Amino acid sequence: MTYDILIDDRSYLLELRRAEHGWECRLNGQAIKLDAVLARRDVLSVIIEGRAYEIKRERTATDLHLWVGSARYAVQVRDPRSLRSRRRGGDDLGPRKLVAPMPGKVVRVLARQDTEVEAGQGLLVVEAMKMQNEIKSPKKGVVRKMIAVQGANVNAGDVLAIVE
Amino acid sequence: MRFSAHRVAKRAQQPVLLAVRRMEDLARLQAALTMFKKILIANRGEIAVRVIRACREMGIAAVAVYSDVDRAALHVRKADEAYPIGPAAAIESYLNIDRIIDVAKHSRVDAIHPGYGFLSENPRFARACADAGVKFIGPPAAAMERMGSKTRARQQMEQAGVPFVPGTARALESAAEATRVAASIGYPVMLKAAAGGGGKGMRLVRTSGEMRSALEAAQSEAQRSFGDAEVYLEKAIVNPRHIEVQVLADEHGHTVFLGERECSIQRRHQKVLEEAPSPMVDALMRRRMGEVAVRVAQAAGYSNAGTVEFLVDEQRNFYFLEMNTRLQVEHPVTEFTTGLDLVQLQIRIAAGERLPFQQEDISIRGHAIECRIYAEDPDNNFFPSPGKITLLLAPSGPGIRRDSGMYEGWNVPVEYDPLLAKLISYGTDRAQAISRLLRALHEYFVGGIKTNISLFRRILNDPSFQEGKLDTGYLDRLLNLAQPTPDADPQAAEVAAVAAGVFAMLDPEAPVRGSSADGAGRISPSAWKRKGREEVLQ
Repeated sequence: MTYDILIDDRSYLLELRRAEHGWECRLNGQAIKLDAVLARRDVLSVIIEGRAYEIKRERTATDLHLWVGSARYAVQVRDPRSLRSRRRGGDDLGPRKLVAPMPGKVVRVLARQDTEVEAGQGLLVVEAMKMQNEIKSPKKGVVRKMIAVQGANVNAGDVLAIVE
Repeated sequence: MRFSAHRVAKRAQQPVLLAVRRMEDLARLQAALTMFKKILIANRGEIAVRVIRACREMGIAAVAVYSDVDRAALHVRKADEAYPIGPAAAIESYLNIDRIIDVAKHSRVDAIHPGYGFLSENPRFARACADAGVKFIGPPAAAMERMGSKTRARQQMEQAGVPFVPGTARALESAAEATRVAASIGYPVMLKAAAGGGGKGMRLVRTSGEMRSALEAAQSEAQRSFGDAEVYLEKAIVNPRHIEVQVLADEHGHTVFLGERECSIQRRHQKVLEEAPSPMVDALMRRRMGEVAVRVAQAAGYSNAGTVEFLVDEQRNFYFLEMNTRLQVEHPVTEFTTGLDLVQLQIRIAAGERLPFQQEDISIRGHAIECRIYAEDPDNNFFPSPGKITLLLAPSGPGIRRDSGMYEGWNVPVEYDPLLAKLISYGTDRAQAISRLLRALHEYFVGGIKTNISLFRRILNDPSFQEGKLDTGYLDRLLNLAQPTPDADPQAAEVAAVAAGVFAMLDPEAPVRGSSADGAGRISPSAWKRKGREEVLQ
């Protein structure tokens, strides 16, 4: 099996095969002595060249992360046979979605549709756990669409507005 | 058979004979007769679980109450009986006095433990309990009222010789008067609006030259903000510490103090990490603060567990702030260093028992530190982070205590305080307590939602913290420093890459989605596509 793996924006080519006793593993062409056991759902015990690691996998509505000790890595796994293209790097071009970072209630909408906004300008306020949180514009541009309405309940991952 | 029946009969007579032999035994017998049989816990989360545990240990049945979104909460799972009390909004459930009293009557409880927050410091609730013939596990309503009003509390406390931050405590007539008072108590001083709050109408004055303009500015700001230009003056405490003393009073006039807790590490006036003892307090200061705390409690006619909060300046002068008339979130650090169970003692005091020890019997041993694990994201301005806990790995081992209200698979609701759990460590000294806590934090993993666990790693590794150099501005200063780049094991990213592939082969159920940059607006691949891909992988 060959995987194209993106860890925080760095790309790795991983060749992985289950061998008779353990694994055959090459990372970017280099052979690695690997043993791995799935301890339970989302928890992996990995031994690489004698060093032991407990790897935790975290899946949320928006992300996939792996934790090695207390370091967290954003992960994308692609099977190269998949035709899906890689995520673009430069995010300043094109429309950007504003996503609710947590479930809550929209208590205020601060910017109107079709108005210009600065990067970091507050566009709306979402209340959760008795705290009001300003959702800021990710870039300078125009509010193409203000989807959120005052008083509405939103879930994590819901698109609130689009800035272009 | 006959033999054993004989033995039972004989044994049944014995306890009565033995028990009356000593006064102590008599007291115990009496206590057993008057002890509550059933207690309702008018709270949720970790503190409700904490009280249920005390009940179970004492052979008392525990009744939980829950709002609509808390049906699956841990405290409901752990209780002996559980009753719904209304919608998610606290005002309609956990703050609904009538509803809770109804449940108390219906379930025929002897007493109610209010926990902290919600109704715990509400004298109306304490009265409603009394009216319903249910014992409120806490101070008398009158004592709560006395401590609830700042001005009334101050008069009473000043009579009892309790130290306050020096100042005028009444409106200033003129700049000349202000300068005179400031000179007598010493600069810097703080001008404060009498009707104030939230920093409005407040001015720091460092020298007498600044007084006139500062007073005018404060007065006009007070007038604009509160419609009242009255301004008073207080000594400004530079880099204050927040240190509190635990007291315990029975209903027979006996009050003791159980040492102090250092609570200076706060964010937005919310405590984040507490420890006992305070690194700055020595035995003499502890006794002086403790004696003042006992006087405060006695002046207020206090009984049960309470906490007297002090502001402490750099010269180790301490000033009364307020009294919290409830069990505190951070009570476990005191339980570790005194070896006492505060919740059990609360229950025993409420049942009418006398304190089973004197002040001389109490000694402080070792060191304890508590972290408040909140559902919030320290990397994103401490945004709240409710949601489903997909993975939970809990620490244990030497010197570790975990008081938690969460479990794997549980959905953290948006409606309440974000406190999920408390992680507490104990060591023979502060250094050991720190290293144990760091070790336990390393074992702790909460997946699916964000928590502030990484913040505690930062605090506990910080040299200033380790040297005990703390004040209420500590955490803001730490957070303003650049995040230390996590000691990047250069291999860790490669390990993650390998693990990602192994996960994909061994545990492929998880949808493999993009990283956060373009967010959740992305649609997960359809079942058809997923199926197709799985087939390719076979």
